[in-house]
Amino acid sequence: MLEALASVLILFGAFFVLVGSLGLARLPDFFTRLHGPTKATTLGLAAVCAAFIAFAAGSGNGLSVRELLILVFLFITAPVSAFVLGRAALRRGTPSMTPPPAPLEDADDDRHR
Amino acid sequence: MLTAALNIAIAAVLLAMLLSLWRLLRGPAPEDRVLALDTLYINTIALVLMLSIRFDSRLYFEAALLIAMTGFVGTIALAKYLLRGNLMD
Repeated sequence: MLEALASVLILFGAFFVLVGSLGLARLPDFFTRLHGPTKATTLGLAAVCAAFIAFAAGSGNGLSVRELLILVFLFITAPVSAFVLGRAALRRGTPSMTPPPAPLEDADDDRHR
Repeated sequence: MLTAALNIAIAAVLLAMLLSLWRLLRGPAPEDRVLALDTLYINTIALVLMLSIRFDSRLYFEAALLIAMTGFVGTIALAKYLLRGNLMD
């Protein structure tokens, strides 16, 4: 039973990891490419981690939450790295298919420049 | 059944890594290359976890955790470098 659950989760996760990388390779500009790895790949890795937990629980060692460490860490870090990369691309003027929004008048984040 | 699913999944993740590598080598802007490296390390975590199930060994888990941590720090450092032109001043 747990083995079947792990198999389904593994296939689900591998599919979404593949979709994320396909988006990274095929989408037209950087800001659209940012979508693939940050969402689809994170979901895929979450499914793989869940499969790992199911497999570890099924292999006689009982349920352990140690495997959740990777999942929690990735859920915290993936949005942060996506935000930092997007901000770097916006500041550097990376070519975009649609013009980026004009900066707000009272935005005081020029001090980070 | 688990072995068959794992073989398919490992093949899919290897294909995903090849696609990321293509973007890493081709990517027009430096941000694309950094994003490709970010994707590549996340794909590596998935691959290591799958190999851990495939070889029935718990030792791979620590390797996956270490890759997750160092990969995140590397991405942040590279993005900071792109933004400022240096890392520490």
